[in-house]
Amino acid sequence: MMTDGTVFKTEEITKQYGMGDTLVHALRGVSLEIPKGELVVLLGPSGSGKSTFLNIIGGLDQPTSGDVHFKGEALAAMSDRELTYFRREHVGFVFQSYNLVPSLTALENVELITDIGVNPMPAKEAMRAVGLTDRLNHFPSQLSGGEQQRVAIARAIAKRPEVLLCDEPTGALDSETGILVLEALQNVNRTYGTTTIIITHNAAIADVADRVIYFADGRVSKVVKNEKPKDIHEIGW
Amino acid sequence: MVTALNKKLLRDLWNIKGQLVAIIFVMATGIMAFVLSFGVVDSLELGRDVYYDRFQFGDVFANAKRVPQGVKKQIQQIEGVAQVETRVTFGTIIQVDGMDEPATGRLISIPDNRDPLLNNLYLMKGRMLRPDEENGVLAGEAFVKAHGFDLGDRVTMIINGHKRELSIVGVVLSPEYVYSLAPGAMFPDDKRFGVFWMSLRALEAAVNMDGAFNDVSLRLSRDANVEDVKSELDRILKPYGGLISFDRAEQMSNWFVQNELTQLRTMGYFAPTIFLAVAAFLINVVMTRQVATQRVQIGMLKAVGYRDMEIAMHFLKMVMVIVVVGSVIGLVGGIWLGSGLLNMYAQYFHFPYMSYSYSYDVMILAVGFCALAATGGTWIAMRQAATLPPAEAMREEAPTEFKRTILERLNIDQFFSFLSRIILRQLERRPIRAFLSALGVGFALSILVFAFFMEDSMDYMMDVQYDVSQREDLMLSFVEPRHIKALEEIRLMPGVMNVEPIRSVPVELRHQYLSKRTSIMGIMPDPDLHRVLDQNLQQVAITKGGFILSKKLAEILNVKVGDVVIADVLEERRPVLELPVTAIYEEFMGLGAIMDIERLNAYLNEGPVVSGAAVMVDPNYNGPLYKNIKEIPSIIGMANMSRMREIFEELMDQNMLQMMAVYIIFAGLIAFGVIYNTARIAFSERSRELASLRVLGLTRFEVAYILFGELAAVVFVAIPLGIYIGYGMVAGMVASLDTELFRMPLVINSDTYGFAVIIVLVSALFSFYLVWRQVDNIDLVAAQKGVE
Ligand SMILES: Nc1ncnc2c1ncn2[C@@H]1O[C@H](COP(=O)(O)OP(=O)(O)O)[C@@H](O)[C@H]1O
Ligand SMILES: [Mg+2]
Repeated sequence: MMTDGTVFKTEEITKQYGMGDTLVHALRGVSLEIPKGELVVLLGPSGSGKSTFLNIIGGLDQPTSGDVHFKGEALAAMSDRELTYFRREHVGFVFQSYNLVPSLTALENVELITDIGVNPMPAKEAMRAVGLTDRLNHFPSQLSGGEQQRVAIARAIAKRPEVLLCDEPTGALDSETGILVLEALQNVNRTYGTTTIIITHNAAIADVADRVIYFADGRVSKVVKNEKPKDIHEIGW
Repeated sequence: MVTALNKKLLRDLWNIKGQLVAIIFVMATGIMAFVLSFGVVDSLELGRDVYYDRFQFGDVFANAKRVPQGVKKQIQQIEGVAQVETRVTFGTIIQVDGMDEPATGRLISIPDNRDPLLNNLYLMKGRMLRPDEENGVLAGEAFVKAHGFDLGDRVTMIINGHKRELSIVGVVLSPEYVYSLAPGAMFPDDKRFGVFWMSLRALEAAVNMDGAFNDVSLRLSRDANVEDVKSELDRILKPYGGLISFDRAEQMSNWFVQNELTQLRTMGYFAPTIFLAVAAFLINVVMTRQVATQRVQIGMLKAVGYRDMEIAMHFLKMVMVIVVVGSVIGLVGGIWLGSGLLNMYAQYFHFPYMSYSYSYDVMILAVGFCALAATGGTWIAMRQAATLPPAEAMREEAPTEFKRTILERLNIDQFFSFLSRIILRQLERRPIRAFLSALGVGFALSILVFAFFMEDSMDYMMDVQYDVSQREDLMLSFVEPRHIKALEEIRLMPGVMNVEPIRSVPVELRHQYLSKRTSIMGIMPDPDLHRVLDQNLQQVAITKGGFILSKKLAEILNVKVGDVVIADVLEERRPVLELPVTAIYEEFMGLGAIMDIERLNAYLNEGPVVSGAAVMVDPNYNGPLYKNIKEIPSIIGMANMSRMREIFEELMDQNMLQMMAVYIIFAGLIAFGVIYNTARIAFSERSRELASLRVLGLTRFEVAYILFGELAAVVFVAIPLGIYIGYGMVAGMVASLDTELFRMPLVINSDTYGFAVIIVLVSALFSFYLVWRQVDNIDLVAAQKGVE
């Protein structure tokens, strides 16, 4: 376990959407530290602010107040351009809806990232890491949901990111396929030491994490450190 | 290496290829029409300028009865005169074998031992005259062509009462006769009027003009004051029977050329500008939508670290492909068609040189405009997508809030089926989008109306001019005014059914500081043949002492009924008349001024004379009548109205209608392009929704009904909209195509609307059909996976 530093540190971040009558408090003050190299799972009911939190630390959205530090650097102080480079160089995203480019093949979707990466791995290697070497030239419409999500993971890891942020990566998948996807994520975490944060609804997954953070109503309700994370195959769904 | 993003670009382009072709095509058409017509007009103007310049077309002209050679010195000394050329010119009757009607001609002298200083000739065929050559002439190309003459052919002319046989030694063009107009004629009639050049000494001898001249042309220095020169010239020539001098603007041939070019230019501005605007509008809409459909992908690209600029470039490249391909096709096509059209005009304008001039500014303007429209549309849509935080952009657009439609609120929705209600909600949810689509289709319709209108207007004009207003068959003119009794002689000729007296006198009309040269026509107070009409085609009464002006002339002189106009008569004793205007009438051609003939004769102090006659003829007697007329030496001109109509129609055919035919094709194609695109966009935006409906169990037909119902509603709104816009465009053009030569009546036949609507409907049906094939092929599974 490589916990020789903190990747993310947030201080009292809040996020509000809308205004007046429709004002929504998505986050009501979240302070957290996420150590390097861990596999972290975010759990919590729908609408509790998990996605909002993930988007903010990933530089996709701005908090209403509070601070996010990535390895000591405040994201709030970054210009739009710097934020873009932050995402480009350090963050890999995996979205629930895959968000693959339909007009590009699986391999090309990965190349979309390696084209702009600083020190990317070859796109094929990323595909191998998720076990999809036989689907390189398929278009997204020719792939199953699980395969598409694995392409999305390959795309996310191909840039050799420091952190991998996954928003309900298995949400749209059946359990068997979900396991394949999680296995790929755990593999990445172990092989490359990539700090990995996964949002999920499935409490069973908590057993494989180094750390489980529970969200409720825009706040962190509980943080559980798992001394002995299980292997993905050991858990039941 | 092709980057993944560029591969995406290529595939995205390929996926919308049908639409792409349509857009490129519309854009190319807009550019083509623009470049084509501006190129043609620019080339013609350049051709004219070069011609006038190289062949020393005069700046000021004057005619007189007989001026002694010595006076030339005086003219040379007028301040501002750079060059003087004096000539002898003479009217002549030409006898052409096999032609019943008489032809008239003009003989012009050329110096024997040198080239003319002004109004030089361009030799097309044969040779120039030898000094003192007595029996040879140079003939103007128009007449030669009209009769199919060749070098060495002989023409018989009556010169000063003597019959002469002259042989054509050369065929020439003259800057003075780009159009050969017989004196007083409205249109060139190349069969019945010819111009010939003869040795000065030979012509002097034939018409007793030794040591004298009757025609002067001047070239002015740069800083000359044209008006001062003209009045000084008038003063010098007055004792020798000089008519008021005139400058280039008033020179008949040039005036005609000028008017034609103005017409072409106006049309060249109008239609293509509209085409280009429609094309730009369409490109803008399509690009906006294209980008909007990629909102989620833009969010993803941003999320993974693509910079706004990189994403912008991605879409701009898409635009570039359209703009570059569209421009190349448009420019090449425009130049190609333009030089073709120019060749056609070249035969018609009689300029010796004509080469297609590349108007780079026009090309840059056209391409720039389209590029801007395309980039603008893309840019705006992209800004919208890019300014959203990526997290937001990636959310699928929230299920739109479906409000109860107006119809539902009004409780009349029960009259509509479930499917129809989907259509209504769709339209009501996106009213602006639906309106823009209707506007696009409306534009397509309007340019069709616009293109068809020309012919309607021309037909109407011809009908009014020659069937309702000028009901005479022949308009005869005498060498000089004759006693009214001369008409009795005509009345007795075979086939003559009615004769009315005409007295025409050249004048310069003045009011305030404005002036215009035209002629006053004296007619009978209550004519049956040569009638004057108002706006509603009702006859305008010519009261005793009445003086009425055509609307355009009144406009030029800024006169209204009751104002007094000063008329300088440009003949004989040159009286100056003060004439109160009693009415204003409608006329499509020329600048008419009309007066009661008795009153006119009284003003001129000439007794009961006529200068011509309007004649109605039984068509069965044409042959014998013409023979009779030819034998009357005092008749110098005979205008045949049906022939005039023919000529005018030919003129319009060659000139406007040719271009209009091109425009009609363009308009039709644009209409189709716009409609096809609208259908395609509607389909691609909703393919997922439609696929879901299919999954839910709706049949193909039901799904198609939803899609096409929406399109049909758009077309339904577009039709009145297009008719309205089309009418506006036509009105705009009529207003700007208001020249001295002619004005277009604002008449649009119902046929025109009908045709335009039919073309739009056919385009719509065909587009529906093409899109239907896609509906048929909706891949239900792929659509659910979010593949566009
Ligand atoms: N763009 C937005 N506009 C308005 N409200 C939002 C937006 N995004 C999220 N919310 C609201 O913020 C709250 C937290 O949402 P989210 O972070 O997506 O929750 P989770 O991912 O835990 O389900 C929810 O009430 C949600 O409706
Ligand atoms: Mg969420």
